[in-house]
Parts: sequence; structure tokens; C-alpha cells
Amino acid sequence: MDLGLIISSAVKIIGFVFLMLMPMIAYIIWVERRFLAIIQDRIGPNRVGIPWTNVGLFGLGQPIADGLKSFLKEDFTPGHVNKFYYVIAPALVMVPALLTCAVLPFGRDLVLPFLDEPIRLVIADLDIGPIWIFAIASLGVYGIVLAGWASNSKYPFLGGVRATSQMISYEISLGLSIIPVLLLFQHLNLNDIVRYQSEHGWLLLPMWGDGWSVQRWLYLIPAGVAFIIFVVSMFAETNRTPFDLPECETELVAGYHTEYGSMKFAMFFMGEYAAMIIGSGLAVTLFLGGWSLPFGLDALVLGVFSDTWFSWVPALLSTGIFFLKIVCFMLFFIWVRGTLPRFRYDQLMKLGWIIFFEAALANIFIAAGILMFA
Amino acid sequence: MPLPLFILFSALTLGFAVAVIANRNPVTAALCLVVSFVGLAALFIGLSAFFIGIVQILVYAGAVMVLFLFIIMLMDIEEEERKHFDRLRTAGGIAVGIGVAFLIGGVLWDFDYGKASLDDVPVQFEAAITLREADADSGIVRSANATAALREGRLKDVALVGEKLFNDYNLHLQMIAVLILIATIGVVTLGKKDSPAPDSGSSGGDKASES
Amino acid sequence: MLNQYIPVLMHLLVVVGFATMTLLMSVWFGRRSTSKQDIKDTAYECGMIPIGENQPRFSVKFYIVAMLFVLFDIEVVFLYPWAVVFRDFLSADQILIFWSILGFVGILFVAYLYALKKRALNWVG
Repeated sequence: MDLGLIISSAVKIIGFVFLMLMPMIAYIIWVERRFLAIIQDRIGPNRVGIPWTNVGLFGLGQPIADGLKSFLKEDFTPGHVNKFYYVIAPALVMVPALLTCAVLPFGRDLVLPFLDEPIRLVIADLDIGPIWIFAIASLGVYGIVLAGWASNSKYPFLGGVRATSQMISYEISLGLSIIPVLLLFQHLNLNDIVRYQSEHGWLLLPMWGDGWSVQRWLYLIPAGVAFIIFVVSMFAETNRTPFDLPECETELVAGYHTEYGSMKFAMFFMGEYAAMIIGSGLAVTLFLGGWSLPFGLDALVLGVFSDTWFSWVPALLSTGIFFLKIVCFMLFFIWVRGTLPRFRYDQLMKLGWIIFFEAALANIFIAAGILMFA
Repeated sequence: MPLPLFILFSALTLGFAVAVIANRNPVTAALCLVVSFVGLAALFIGLSAFFIGIVQILVYAGAVMVLFLFIIMLMDIEEEERKHFDRLRTAGGIAVGIGVAFLIGGVLWDFDYGKASLDDVPVQFEAAITLREADADSGIVRSANATAALREGRLKDVALVGEKLFNDYNLHLQMIAVLILIATIGVVTLGKKDSPAPDSGSSGGDKASES
Repeated sequence: MLNQYIPVLMHLLVVVGFATMTLLMSVWFGRRSTSKQDIKDTAYECGMIPIGENQPRFSVKFYIVAMLFVLFDIEVVFLYPWAVVFRDFLSADQILIFWSILGFVGILFVAYLYALKKRALNWVG
């Protein structure tokens, strides 16, 4: 039994982190560059295809070439830095970012014909889902502030200090924003939350099951506000435009990673994109039904593939749906980056501490009131 | 939790806790504190207290960040590294530490579970379910989800903490709020000079020494 | 219990191993420059020679915000158990839970208003 657990966990970890998350990070960077290029009426990277041929494949080789380039660059450590912390800082950004995905359910329970028990498509089925993600992600601040401090240089230092205040401020509104979600679902287990939404309507689309109730439709108000606060706070947490003040090039060159090069720089990059993908995954899971299909189509799919030999199809399909939703969310991230200018630091703090804090608190009591009286 | 894991995480917690005070470099000391807290969280999680363990990380990660900012803002790290130990103070500190260790040991020895090994005290799910069903009519609210989870052999400790908190400790919760209110007033008073006009003291650099 | 704990540990090990490998591979495969140039060892300041302290003093506001974060984070932490059991209490007609949390958040909102009034969260000027 123990061995089965270890093998299935290992397969899930390798499958989710290295076969799904990592390629997604690589290709979302390419998508971002192409999409931004479209927004800005440029062409974007379109040349790197199959080596030694003229086949361009729309530049699909670009991420591989970029990765290879990062590895082959000189691994340079400047003389003025604090060596130990300078080297471990990129790892301290990447490790928490990849660790958070442990609780994200990426598909319906996988039923295999030759196994007695279905396999839950989540690496660790913890009963504290979102808090786990927040807590581990909050450890990522240390990587950024250490990078800024250990670089022993002005721009990184300022970037690191900015990052601390920004990331911890928005952690509060992030934490407060999901309270209405928990009020409704009464669960912190993300898999249970998704299963509930699959049967009773997504939080933001209660249009099947018993989602057609007055209470659920009234609940769209706090849920919508919570969604907006959650998504904007997530932008701030991951240092994305319009909140990319720790690394804004017009003021701080490259912010906390100014003194970094080669793969160490790429690790900051990967950590940031991993955090974005997992943040999108959490938003999708909490508000948009995670791996489930809308309008109760899940039951239909389960019915069609009820045959023993095709019982694995719904799980695979749900995984595809989950990642499709994430990709749509990431396109939204990129769209925002191509559209909005950067905030000023005082505006950023005002938004987090005054507008969002008060709105999220009021939102909680509106949600509680709806549950009490409707 | 399995004994090897317990030993591993206890060693991690204690080892890094010692490193916090033994280290000359304050930045290293602060980071050792983080690792020590993460080890402690792992111990909590090992005892099925997932919520407490994760809150440990969530709150203390922020708290140590405060310490960290304090260090890089106010301390001269090279000077700290050059400082010499004061023999008398070190000896006094060790004596106090040993005293506290005896105190905690004594308390644990008096406490039934203090003497039990970890394998002896698994979570007693059946007993918990019977207990919950027994006081169904007594006005104590029980979380249906938590009961269902207990039947499956899982401990939903967030719901259990919530039950306890809002059944028995409503007043104490308000006390905590007052405590945090006082702490907030302390933070604001210590960290901030009353500046009536926005133009005076635009840069905070010189105010740093006051906190 | 164990089937929740082991995967987390395995995940941690895999991820830490991956990060370490990435750092090491960068050292192994990366090219070395043949000439030693002192200019590469200076801090980057857009091509100018660095002047002054490399770690300038920063505003105490960052510090105040960090401290306030810890306090309000405790508030958020108490809201999680409340949110999870709220509907159970409602179905048992125990409305006290609502007033209890309203009092808790209300007192903390006073703390928030105090910080706001004292301009602790004000970043302009």
C-alpha cells in the first residue's frame, strides 16, 4: 500500500510539475511575446524552428533556444555580492513557487480499469488548500528580498525592499478575498470545492444543479467582488504589470535581479511564471469550477464513458479543461500587461491597504448577511 | 507520525534554533529562524494539525520579514560580526535556557501524553465521533463536514478549531482583538512621529532610528 | 494522515533537487570568460562608477507596513475557521457567531482606522 502511494505520488509530481507546469512556463513566455507583439502591432519571435532548416514553425523553438542559452551563458558571480545568499536566492524564489502546486487538483479522480481505487489527481489532498498556497508563496518573498540584499547594489536593494511591502500588503487582501468563497463551500479542500461546483454550479456561473436559487444568484455580488480583489491581488503578489514596481525598468533597471545573469536569472523568471500559473490555477479552482465542465456536462461525460475500459477518459478530459482554463487566464494576464500602465508606489499601497482592505471586509459581511437572510 | 520523520524535523527545528543565537551574522540568524519555524510547522503537520502548522508558516514568515527589514535597516552587519562574546552574559543565558528546559520537561513529565511515545497516541477517530454524536442535543454546534471527514479517517482541523472557538471562546476572541488593537497602537506610536503637515519629513530615512 | 504527508515531502525533495540541479548545471555548462576584468565586478549603475553606500537607507514606512501586516494577518487567520463553520452555526440557529466575528473585526477595524488616522499607511509625503 505504501509503495503504491509512493509510486503514484512520484508519477503525479513528475507529471504535473515537469510534464505540464514546466512546458507551460516555457511556452507561456513565447505566447506572451507573440501576444504582446500582436497588441503592439509587431511580429514577435517567429524564427527559431528546426535547426539547420528554414522551417520556422512560428518561432515555436524559441523557449528551447532561450533555455539552452541560459545554461550556456557564463555563470558569473560579481565580486561585490554576498556569495552564499546571492546563489541561493533564485532557488528560494523557485522552490516555493513550484511547491504551491501540491494542493491544486488538476483533474477528476482517475479511474483505471486495473486498479481498485481511483487515483486522486492532486499531489497532496490537503484540507487546507488555499492557505497552503498562501503560506508557501509568502516564503517566496525571502528569495526576492535576499536577492536584493545580497546583490549589494542600489537598484536590486530598492527593488527587494519594495517587493517586501508590496507582497505582504496584498497577502492580506488575498487572504480576506477568499473568505466569502469558504463561507459558501465550507471546505478548504480544493478537490471538494471543485466537486461541489461541478454538481451545483460554478461560483461565478450558478446555472445548473441547485445553482438556480435566489441565494446563489444574490451571492454573485460578494463572489464577484471577491474575484476582482483576488485577481488584482494576485497580479500584485506575482509582481506583474501593472504592479511590477520591484522590477520596473524605468526606475530600477531590472529591480531585484539586476545583478543576475545566466540560469540564475532564468530561475527568477521561471519562479515568477510558475507563481502566475498556480495563482491562475487557484483562481480557476475557487471561482470558475476548476477541472469541471459548465452546465452540468460532467454528468453527461461520465455517462458516456461509463464503460470500464474508457473510465479513464473523463479524468484526462478534465485535466485538459483545467489547463485550458488556466491558459485563458494567462492570456488575460498578458492582455493586461499589454494594456495598463504601471501604478505609482503610493497608489499601489493605497489600493492594497485602503480600497481592497475595506472592500474585502465589507464583502465578507455582505456574504455572511446573504447566507443568513436569503 | 513516523519516528524518523519526527527526529528529522525536531533536529531541524532545534538545530536551526541554536543557529539563530549562535550566528554572528544577523541576516543568517533571521533566516535560520525561518527554517526553524518551518521545521516546527512540519512537526505540527505530522501531528495532523495542518491548519496550525500552516498558520505557523503564514504568520511567522511575515513576522521574521519584519525582523529582516529591521536588520537591513538599522544594523551594521559587519560590526555585529566583529562583536565579542561577553562570557558572563553567555553563561547566564545558558543557565536560563537550561532552567527553562527543566521547567518544560517537568510539565511534560506530569502530563500523561508527555511520557507516551508517538506511536501510542494515534488520533482516536471512533472516540471522537461517538463524543460528537453524544452531545448532539446539548446546544453545542458541530460541523457536519468535520464529522463526515472524521468518518473517513481524516482530521479537518480548521473546522474543529472553528467549532471550539465559536462554541466556547467567543469572549476570548474579542480579547485577542483588543490585544491586536493595542499592538497596532504600539506600532503606530513607535514607528511614526506625528507629522501634522505632509511636507515635513518627506524622507523617512532619519526617522528610522526611532523605531 | 500519512498519505497526505508523504507526497508533500516527496514534492519538496523533488523541487529542491530540481532547483539545486539547475544551479549546478548552470555552473557546469556555462562558459568561462578567459580574461579577468575588474569592471565586471562593480555594481551595475547604468555604466557609471558607483558612488555612496550600496545599500541606501530606506523609508521607515516599509517597516511599519511589515509590522501592521503581521497584526492584520492574525485577523485573517482567525477568519478561516469562522468561515468554515459559519453555516453549521446558522443551521443550528446560533446567530451569536455572527456578532462574535463582527465584534472581532469591528475592534480590529478601530485599530485600522487608528493607523489610517495617524497616517501610518500614507505614502504621500
